[in-house]
Amino acid sequence: MTAIAHKPSPGTAPGGSVFRRPTAERGWKSWFTTVDHKKIGIMYYLTSLFFFLVGGIEALLIRTQLATPGAEVLTADQYDQVFTMHGLTMIFFAVIPLGTAFFNYLLPLQLGARDVAFPRMNALSYWVFLFAGLFIYSSLLFDGMPDSGWFGYAPLSIIGSDPSGFTLFGTETTRMAFYSLGLQIAGIASIASSVNLIVTILNMRAPGMTLMRMPIFAWLTLVTSFLLLFAVPIIGVALWELMFDVAFGASFFRPSAGGDPLVWQHLFWLFGHPEVYVIIMPAFGIVSEVIPTFARKPLFGYAAMVFASITIAFMGFGVWAHHMFTVGMGPVATSAFALSTMFIAVPTGVKIFNWMGTLWGGQLRFTTAMLFAIGMVAMFTIGGLSGVTHALVPHNTQQHDTYYVVAHFHYVMFGGSVFGLFAGSYYWYPKVTGRLLKEGLGKIHFWLIFIGFNLTFGPMHILGLAGMPRRQYTYPDDMGWNVWNMMESVGSFILAIGVLVFLANLVISHRGPQDAGHDPWDARTLEWLTTSPPAPFNWTVVPKVSSRDEAWTRKYGHDEAKPQGVSAGASPEARAEELARVGYDPGGSGEGIHMPSPSYWPLVLAAGLPIMAYGVIFTGPLRIVLLAVGFLVLLTGMFGWALEPTTDDGQDHHEMTAAGAH
Amino acid sequence: MSTTTTDTMPSAHADHQTSLGLSNLKLGMWTFLGSECLFFGAFISTHLIYIGNFGNSPEIRQSNLFDIPFTSVSTFILLMSSLAMVLALAAIQQGNMRSFRIWILATALMGAVFMSGQVYEFTVFYAEGMRLETSPFTSSFFVLTGFHGFHVFFGIMMLVGLWAASLVGKLTPSKAEMVEYIGLYWHFVDIVWIVLFTVVYLIPAE
Repeated sequence: MTAIAHKPSPGTAPGGSVFRRPTAERGWKSWFTTVDHKKIGIMYYLTSLFFFLVGGIEALLIRTQLATPGAEVLTADQYDQVFTMHGLTMIFFAVIPLGTAFFNYLLPLQLGARDVAFPRMNALSYWVFLFAGLFIYSSLLFDGMPDSGWFGYAPLSIIGSDPSGFTLFGTETTRMAFYSLGLQIAGIASIASSVNLIVTILNMRAPGMTLMRMPIFAWLTLVTSFLLLFAVPIIGVALWELMFDVAFGASFFRPSAGGDPLVWQHLFWLFGHPEVYVIIMPAFGIVSEVIPTFARKPLFGYAAMVFASITIAFMGFGVWAHHMFTVGMGPVATSAFALSTMFIAVPTGVKIFNWMGTLWGGQLRFTTAMLFAIGMVAMFTIGGLSGVTHALVPHNTQQHDTYYVVAHFHYVMFGGSVFGLFAGSYYWYPKVTGRLLKEGLGKIHFWLIFIGFNLTFGPMHILGLAGMPRRQYTYPDDMGWNVWNMMESVGSFILAIGVLVFLANLVISHRGPQDAGHDPWDARTLEWLTTSPPAPFNWTVVPKVSSRDEAWTRKYGHDEAKPQGVSAGASPEARAEELARVGYDPGGSGEGIHMPSPSYWPLVLAAGLPIMAYGVIFTGPLRIVLLAVGFLVLLTGMFGWALEPTTDDGQDHHEMTAAGAH
Repeated sequence: MSTTTTDTMPSAHADHQTSLGLSNLKLGMWTFLGSECLFFGAFISTHLIYIGNFGNSPEIRQSNLFDIPFTSVSTFILLMSSLAMVLALAAIQQGNMRSFRIWILATALMGAVFMSGQVYEFTVFYAEGMRLETSPFTSSFFVLTGFHGFHVFFGIMMLVGLWAASLVGKLTPSKAEMVEYIGLYWHFVDIVWIVLFTVVYLIPAE
């Protein structure tokens, strides 16, 4: 940092030392105050990975309990907590934020922007998300974790205090207060980040990048963000109502006072089904980038892909009641939702055929990323097809609450989303770190996951058809379910070993030299034109965009048949010359580029929310105190945010200097 | 701002060179308000489901509680605050800071009068035995109108913040757009109340 950054500009009101902006850009402190979308993306990734491991351990507990009939590894009460938290953790704190991690890191790079539209709000989203996760797990210290399923059906969710053993702090509210408040806080993070991403995509594209020239991943991000923007407030309302029921005795879902538990189900699934598409869309986006790169072909049917995604998003708000066919909505509503559920398979099928069309006739390279991408298409197709069977009302009624449903949504969420996210991890790891993940370990990782996954979730179809109910902590010996259950449990441990191999790969690969180069995959989209890892300011010179596959066009021209590109075997000097001709970012000090200053107010503001949430958990004077303290912290954060001096007149940024850059 | 890259650089915050030609903050505010529509939409749906659901206390119902003339007056005051908001924006755009301060305070004041009316109304209802837990109707009424009241309160804080910022010279006519964004929020909250007043107070429940 030089004096340029600190010199108060004329016109900036003296903010006082309290409001001085932090300046650290390296070291541990910088992670707490950073507003850099790349650092926030990495923080999102690592935090979600942590929650993914926690959710995975919960899954192993479930599978250990169910490996043999009549097992007592977990009590019924513990089992309820563990399967509820497994669902909540995987959906809200692992898979969705892993998607957000990719959005955060990649979007500005793919669009040719220097950061997202609201960098401080981006940091706020991360901290709020982290506190939401920690808050909901802090329920372990109280009455125990939420135990009414991730769907939290009333009236089970509002019946009052649960039987529990050891507690550190006694409270009079139930475990589900943690559920309603923790998810509420996570929802705030989702809305903030979706507003941020939508504005970034619509407003911050590089010169020449029209909407239909955006990388397909950016389109999927836009669709996902709109889904979150419109779906999260609906569960927000349901969660507020649940909170008032649980902690303040309101009658929204309390049948004894006239409340209707079905209102919860409708609100929950009106959010819950779009949420399913929120979970799968990032994986669609990743796979749609990975397959063209490793098939050396442009994405087949780009426009069809875009419109299919938009169609899925629209229709996603009109299929929710297929989760509720057994509650007795009457034949008209049931038929309507059965039809809409069948129709939504059409745009989804369009996507699958587009990926196959991209693969068809391509020069395929089976890297680990490609294996996961193809695995995702195959596994998601299985999950999608078993999903369509749920549109058949009699079949749905038959399979409701059996392991058939568990099999279906794990094929979609694990076989679809998680496979896609693994593909993205292998594909973009060199962009983020400048190093390639080890391919050998990667292949082992893929095959362990692929075999373990199918061994775990494949037999669940059979168990479901054989009538084994889900959410039961054990089962009798003489049902003929023993073999399949044991097979699933073995599969789940193979899956766990696969995940450990991935972690080992992350660590081992990170120790290697940064020798991946700008563009190790010979890729197609804009982010591969900048350095790996990118400088804090992303681009020394923002590229002008003239085509959909900008990097590819620069390398090979528009004529796919006549490559005129960078020769892979050339000497380093010749290669550097060719790279410069193509227009790769030359890298540099970034002298004179204005970037947002770090700020600690997002962290302060976010910290107010869990404090207020604890206020609702407790009763009596402590409630008032905690609510007041939390609100004050929140208010301090807001005022600090608003009054924070800017280091340049009227602007929220400071100058990059040689010292601050690489 | 010495910079070598101004012509090619859509920077993280330069509002004047965005892809849509619309400032980031304005687009962000519209996006957020889109989300808010679903928020109030879901609450209003709940209320429509519970509008005639009086649980075990059938005497706690709209016709025994609501004072329509009173609420009409406070509704009118809230609507007039939108007019004052428009005048405040026009004043700062014309560089008339004195007039801006008057109108922005008038907006906040009318918002505060509306909120006081709501607090008074809640007190009266409470005195007549209406509680959060009485029935689905009362739960929905308090939570729905309460959340709207919270939105008004948040708006008043921002309006007073604008007024204070103009006093210490942090808000100048060159930053009139800031007033526009907060105005968007304020008008949205008013429009929501028009829907709420119709749905909650005017539509007969039985």
